[in-house]
Amino acid sequence: MTLTQAEKAAVVTIWAKVATQADAIGAESLERLFSSYPQTKTYFPHFDLSQGSAQLRAHGSKVMNAIGEAVKNIDDIRGTLAKLSELHAYILRVDPVNFRLLSHCILCSVAARYPSDFTPEAHAAWDKFLSSVSSVLTEKYR
Amino acid sequence: MVLSASDKTNVKGVFSKIGGHAEEYGAETLERMFAAYPQTKTYFPHFDLSHGSAQIKAHGKKVAAALVEAVNHIDDIAGALSKLSDLHAQKLRVDPVNFKLLGHCFLVVMAIHHPSVLTPEVHASLDKFLCAVGSVLTAKYR
Repeated sequence: MTLTQAEKAAVVTIWAKVATQADAIGAESLERLFSSYPQTKTYFPHFDLSQGSAQLRAHGSKVMNAIGEAVKNIDDIRGTLAKLSELHAYILRVDPVNFRLLSHCILCSVAARYPSDFTPEAHAAWDKFLSSVSSVLTEKYR
Repeated sequence: MVLSASDKTNVKGVFSKIGGHAEEYGAETLERMFAAYPQTKTYFPHFDLSHGSAQIKAHGKKVAAALVEAVNHIDDIAGALSKLSDLHAQKLRVDPVNFKLLGHCFLVVMAIHHPSVLTPEVHASLDKFLCAVGSVLTAKYR
């Protein structure tokens, strides 16, 4: 799927706001993921998953940084996330189903913090964008 | 996802073995899908879905022809199926989930009729190919 100009603009605009709270949003998204979908915790046996844990915050940051990179290079998400794509393909091997769950949680966190910005159009654009990111991260699995 | 050279060779090999049976397999795929996944019948309220129905045969032929077309243009599936992609996006709007079900049933049909052809490697290539076709057909949905 390709993002239209309007969609790219919506993603970039909202990102400008999200970026100011990226770490918190990242940690919150993971918390939401682990509580709504406990099966996702199996990928983190080595983590302290309690609320406010340093590992959660650090990992949330990593996730949001990667998303930020994808936003900045929105015309070449594949190139930008190539290394991450390989990491997921050869080492992490997170089941593709889970990307949708994480994307959903990120959208919920963003919606909760920016209710008036998160119009239906912005929601759709962000969903498409996160789907693109997820596709790139799972495309080298086989 | 990207089809490797050996994927393409495998898929072409499968379809050359199928030869003239493609239409028959198309119909069987649909019958299996309607039987195993009755929710898929909702897209065909106007069809006679009984075993051996002329409409299923005709539709199976269409599906098979599209797959053959994709195989013949395996380096540019998006180009080859562009019109079909528009049709699915603007009119049919089959939920993307169902392409997986159809693909699965096609693989089952292949396994039944050509068990020796469907080695694990060929199975994987064919599955990748069917996913790629499904992606193309749903690419323009939004």
